[in-house]
Amino acid sequence: MSTSFSRARRRNMGIAATAVAFVVFILPFLFTFLMAVKTKKEAALFLFSWPSEWHFWANLTEVIKARNYMLLLAYFNSTVITVAAVAGLVVFGAMVGYVLQRRPSGWNRVIYAGVLMGLMVPPAVVPTIWVLQGLGLFKTIHGMVLIQVAYGLAFSVLLYRSFIGTIPRDLDEAAIIDGAKPLAIFFKVILPLLKPVTVTLIVVQSIAIFNDFTNPLYYLPGKDNVTVQLTLFNFQSQFQSQFNLLFMNILLVTIPPLLVFIFFNRQIVAGMTAGAVKG
Amino acid sequence: MKLIPSAAFLSAFTLLAGLAQAETVLQVTTDGNAETVAAMEALTAAYTAANPDVTFEIENRPGGAEGDNLVKTRLATGEAGDILQYNSGSLFQALDPAKNLADLSDIQGNVIDSFKSVVTASDGTVRGVPFGAAMGGGIYYNKNIYAELGLSVPKTWDEFMANNAKIKEAGKVAVATTFGDTWTSQLFVLGDYFNVQAEVPSFAADYTANKAKYATTPAAMRGFQYLEDVFKGGYMNEDFGAAKFDDGVRMVATGEAAHYPMLTFALGNIKQNFPENLEDVGFFAQPGPSADKNGLTVWMPAGLYVPAASENIEAAKAFLAFVASVEGCELMIKTNGATGPYLIKDCALPADVPAAVADMMPYFQAGATAPALEFLSPIKGPALEQITVEVGSGIRPTAEAAALYDQDVEKQAKQLGLPNW
Amino acid sequence: MTRRRSPYPYWFVLPAAVVFVTLFLVPTVASLWFSLTRWDLFEAHFIGLDNYRQFFKEPFLVQGLVNTLIYAVLTSGTKSVLGLLLAVLLTSGILWQGFLRSVVFFPVLVSTIGVGITFAALMHPTKGAINVALAYVGIDGPAWLSDPGLALYSVAFIDLWKGVGLATLIYIAGLAAISPDYYEAARIDGATRVQQFWRVTVPLVRPATVTVVTLSLIGGLRSFDIIWATTKGGPGFASDVLASVIYKQYQAGFYGLATAGNVILFALIAIIILPLTWWFNKREVDL
Repeated sequence: MSTSFSRARRRNMGIAATAVAFVVFILPFLFTFLMAVKTKKEAALFLFSWPSEWHFWANLTEVIKARNYMLLLAYFNSTVITVAAVAGLVVFGAMVGYVLQRRPSGWNRVIYAGVLMGLMVPPAVVPTIWVLQGLGLFKTIHGMVLIQVAYGLAFSVLLYRSFIGTIPRDLDEAAIIDGAKPLAIFFKVILPLLKPVTVTLIVVQSIAIFNDFTNPLYYLPGKDNVTVQLTLFNFQSQFQSQFNLLFMNILLVTIPPLLVFIFFNRQIVAGMTAGAVKG
Repeated sequence: MKLIPSAAFLSAFTLLAGLAQAETVLQVTTDGNAETVAAMEALTAAYTAANPDVTFEIENRPGGAEGDNLVKTRLATGEAGDILQYNSGSLFQALDPAKNLADLSDIQGNVIDSFKSVVTASDGTVRGVPFGAAMGGGIYYNKNIYAELGLSVPKTWDEFMANNAKIKEAGKVAVATTFGDTWTSQLFVLGDYFNVQAEVPSFAADYTANKAKYATTPAAMRGFQYLEDVFKGGYMNEDFGAAKFDDGVRMVATGEAAHYPMLTFALGNIKQNFPENLEDVGFFAQPGPSADKNGLTVWMPAGLYVPAASENIEAAKAFLAFVASVEGCELMIKTNGATGPYLIKDCALPADVPAAVADMMPYFQAGATAPALEFLSPIKGPALEQITVEVGSGIRPTAEAAALYDQDVEKQAKQLGLPNW
Repeated sequence: MTRRRSPYPYWFVLPAAVVFVTLFLVPTVASLWFSLTRWDLFEAHFIGLDNYRQFFKEPFLVQGLVNTLIYAVLTSGTKSVLGLLLAVLLTSGILWQGFLRSVVFFPVLVSTIGVGITFAALMHPTKGAINVALAYVGIDGPAWLSDPGLALYSVAFIDLWKGVGLATLIYIAGLAAISPDYYEAARIDGATRVQQFWRVTVPLVRPATVTVVTLSLIGGLRSFDIIWATTKGGPGFASDVLASVIYKQYQAGFYGLATAGNVILFALIAIIILPLTWWFNKREVDL
């Protein structure tokens, strides 16, 4: 249907959509940015106004230096957790989704029940801590990674399962006839075809994990284990009357997810063109 | 000859032990309040300067009920570090202190008895030391507005409401209201406790024993009525539902509003953010029906505790003994100013205290104080702050709110497994 | 001769299963026991079904339940419909399409705490940019987050604002999987653009619809963090949903009661979601 719009019409619709998007989506970000560069007194007024003095660097350095450069350590920890957990979610999730879709059997019900539980049941914090302590994983980064994998698996399996259905079975059959082993079929044939979904999953889950606050609060205590949302939470009480710094902190912790998105955005588009929705 | 190597081994061992000693790092968890952080940083820095072998790692936890939750989770899982800053009174009791906190009875030499009683476990041992000053719960007022309108400090609730009417007439906000931080909505109810017990001395005991109810005790229900009256009088700021604690402090300090019902710890906040207005703010106890029987409801400060699972109990106790000494107390006064009486013997307040503290001290000197209900009874319904927001926003009338709160209290008592419930 | 192994071996499930069972399933099952106890984290006393009785006596349970359903249906419905429309618009080759895709997705990138702080400032009744802008055109804006009749809907709007980008992304990925041949065939049959949308796009984008509806409905029923970051269920109890009622029990230290609440919430979600997924799956077989 994309080709049927005329060039002028497409331009006008684009301009109209951009105008709406500007008000609905961009203004709140502009507001955040303007708050972040104001002085403490001016920010306290909450006005949507141009700052009378620009305090970008002063606010930036103050937030970064706060609590002995806590924010930098938090960036590091959050990045490690996010990358490792997302890698696990992609591989494990796709493997389950693949078997679930390709090999219908009685086990599917069990797996599906597990998936639904994972989506629906809120985690039980204290028993989980006991398990982590028993395994020596409490207060460790890899323990946190496994928790994020466990909590994100249901979403990942569900997403992969629905899209593996769109990949023709002929492809696996051909590979089987060529004598490929299951692992080889999965990693060399199936996984590459799942790229658009995988990109979606990477974007969605890395943002969710990077922005997670509650789980690190419980499972990853300790000053050396601080994550970015925890710094935001700490600063929220500390900077209660310094909205300029609070908003600067929001701005700073939003940059990594933004980079992920900008990087993968092209891949999504590329995946899409490969999927043949062309203009 | 064999002795020598083993002696060498022994001395090496003591050397190693000494090195290990030199690396004692105490894990401290406090709330993120600016005053708390400043005081703790000053105390730990001074202690490390005197004892270079002990250093600290300070972690901030969320405040309020989220913080309660976290503290309990960490205690239950044995991961609460070495030193814990947390409320005294009913919240302290909910930690199961006899089991989870170390006995600190032997470092109480300088601590005043009234504080010891709110950190005493069920087995009679004292498990905490005071951190900060005792607080009064009452009403801050802006002295400039009072002078301008020729008002005098009210001794009864009716006088207070008459003042409010004049302030409103003059086009100013009479009562700064900050329901954006829901806990601030409870002050009219909790701060009224001196007046409640002046009229019904047995209320705390009967309430704990399931004999007295808010809905059936007119003196206790009055606090809810006050909230409703202030709302109906139109005395609140327009953004009362969204304004936060900091806004309330700003309003009363800078004269945007005439009154702000709050605990006296907020003085630290005024000192930090509006130092030039510190002398413009006065304080009085919440007025009640009778001028003769009026006095101040008092909150005990938070305590410092040592989790029983800590691996450095002795080192942590040595630090807490320092905090509970005159020296530690004076250091806290130096850092945050004198916001109220400290609970350490011989720790005198400086002569030049802020005006609001000077207004508060006579209540202590005259003995016209009563502890808040949460220090006399283990039961405080968790939904009080939502219910007081409803009453103060005109969503729910007083009688209905008091009955609802009684239900909430009953739930709490049952969960605590108290007798008679 | 050994029997030929399946090309889809069950051990593929193993790594996921080990992590999931140890760190999720075992603690969850353990918590079922605690829902039958009075539990202060330190000690648990068996009290049978008292927690369930107490939970059903919760004064705001009914209101919380109604709010939960309103909130879930509202956010899930708007996210699915707007998400599909936006996805169609943003794959139709309009001007600045790539830029617009990013813009719609931006809010997903911001953490809930950040969104909560920002919107609390924007929706402030007197100083907030929204009401200041309304005042310019002569409208006296309401207290978005502190008016008891409005708070829930304001939060639902914030949720939509933050979440629609994700629905759009899933739909864009779904649209990518539709072969252009179908549209070609429809055009040859003389179908209008609207007819193409209903006859080709909607049926063929079904896997994405199933994902979006299921996830956003479950998310809506469980929704907690945005509500907590903005109104905390207030003013009073006006925007309380089941999950925030449960969380407040948890905060108050009523761990057994909170666990019982979790079991009830789970049952509610199951009652709504299971028939829905069964229906979705049945339709899939029909296709």
